[in-house]
Amino acid sequence: MENIEARVKKIVAEQLGVNEAEVKNESSFVDDLGADSLDTVELVMALEEEFECEIPDDEAEKITNVQQAIDYVNGHLSK
Amino acid sequence: MSKRRVVITGLGLISPVGNTVAEGWNNLLAGKSGITRITKFDPTNFAAQIAGEVNDFDVTQYIPAKDARRMDTFIHYGLAAGIQAVKDAGIDAAGINPERIGVNIGSGIGGLPLIEDTYKVLQEGGPRKISPFFIPGAIINMIAGHLSIIFGFKGPNYGIVSACTTATHCIGDAARLIEYGDVDVMVAGGAEATVSPLAIGGFASARALSTRNDDPATASRPWDTGRDGFVLGEGAGVLVLEEYEHAVKRGAKIYGELAGFGMSADAHHMTAPCEDGEGAARSMVNAMKNAGLTMDKVDYVNAHGTSTPLGDVAETIAIKRAFGEHAKSLAVSSTKSATGHLLGAAGGVEAVFSTLAIHHQVAPATINLHDIDPQCDLDYIPNTPREMKIDVAISNSFGFGGTNGTLVFKRV
Repeated sequence: MENIEARVKKIVAEQLGVNEAEVKNESSFVDDLGADSLDTVELVMALEEEFECEIPDDEAEKITNVQQAIDYVNGHLSK
Repeated sequence: MSKRRVVITGLGLISPVGNTVAEGWNNLLAGKSGITRITKFDPTNFAAQIAGEVNDFDVTQYIPAKDARRMDTFIHYGLAAGIQAVKDAGIDAAGINPERIGVNIGSGIGGLPLIEDTYKVLQEGGPRKISPFFIPGAIINMIAGHLSIIFGFKGPNYGIVSACTTATHCIGDAARLIEYGDVDVMVAGGAEATVSPLAIGGFASARALSTRNDDPATASRPWDTGRDGFVLGEGAGVLVLEEYEHAVKRGAKIYGELAGFGMSADAHHMTAPCEDGEGAARSMVNAMKNAGLTMDKVDYVNAHGTSTPLGDVAETIAIKRAFGEHAKSLAVSSTKSATGHLLGAAGGVEAVFSTLAIHHQVAPATINLHDIDPQCDLDYIPNTPREMKIDVAISNSFGFGGTNGTLVFKRV
């Protein structure tokens, strides 16, 4: 599980152009990490790519912070 | 209404002969060619396998890597040249009302390489794999858009598209906004980055490109009997234009005056120039009229001179038609002999070189010119740059569609 958390944080840092140390579990993509609407779309695509999954649009809209992304990936991969 | 004067206070350059104004100008005067075998893709199966590529370019000197990967390369080049020009002029830190600063930087084709790559993504992964940054990363006005965001310039913001006349039209139109009083400062020019399979394949298919693949450095040879088409180049050229009194008042460095701009259409053929030079000649005459100068005042012509069999003859005829007897006294050169043809960026890069020619009183040479075509009987400054008095220079651009533009540069 820690592995997934680390991978998610690495992707978030890369996509949003921030230092990995700034990426906390509770960090909001928009409010804390400076993402705009296009950034968040691209971030979800990067998560899909990394974890070889497809995140439907209505699910993607609910992923607004790092913990939610980790939870989604965990939930999806355990199925 | 008396015309407000427009001067040039900043320059920026990304080109096959150098990625700064100083490096590009020095290499140009040294007679270096920027043409090599294509490295951006494997050109083995293409008729034309050579181009003027930009080398050792690091976009992160100008913008963050995160932003850069979401834009096509033509935007990188345009932003780099634009940022250089803005810094050179010092307009970012001069306390100028940002509503009085505009941007007009175009591109002939825009983000074709990104379009090609994204089509592959679509084919392989389906529509969900298309990046949300694909459209803003490929469309032509985004150099102007990004520059306004980076520097906060709130004046007119656009980019003109007119094939190989793009940057000349952008610069000329920008100057008109200053003349007319809409703004005091414009950042203007063009950018292009289409060393890609579709562009090389498309121009080669139209039989427009040189196929001298075994000797890239001498392939671009305007007015030489051995010329066999243009060599595609990439890069960007940007000027900062400023109202004369405004520039003087803030103590800006003034390279020269942008004294006139003229346009015309051939109304003749999609890709071929009109053989009697009528349209091109009218562009030059219109520009000189706008400058309020008689034709015999011109000392140096930075020609369109693309190294195509038809185009070089047509421009020679057009210059003679426009200038009459004075054509024999003109020094005419094509810097495309060194850079290749940068399409929508050509007029920008050549405006930078024309400005420097006025500023330094040196006319750059036409390199690779050893066996001059008898149909081309002007003084083309073969192979060696010339120190000479240049009070007035003009720069020509002619594009597919028969669209022509001419800029007039004057010593201040």
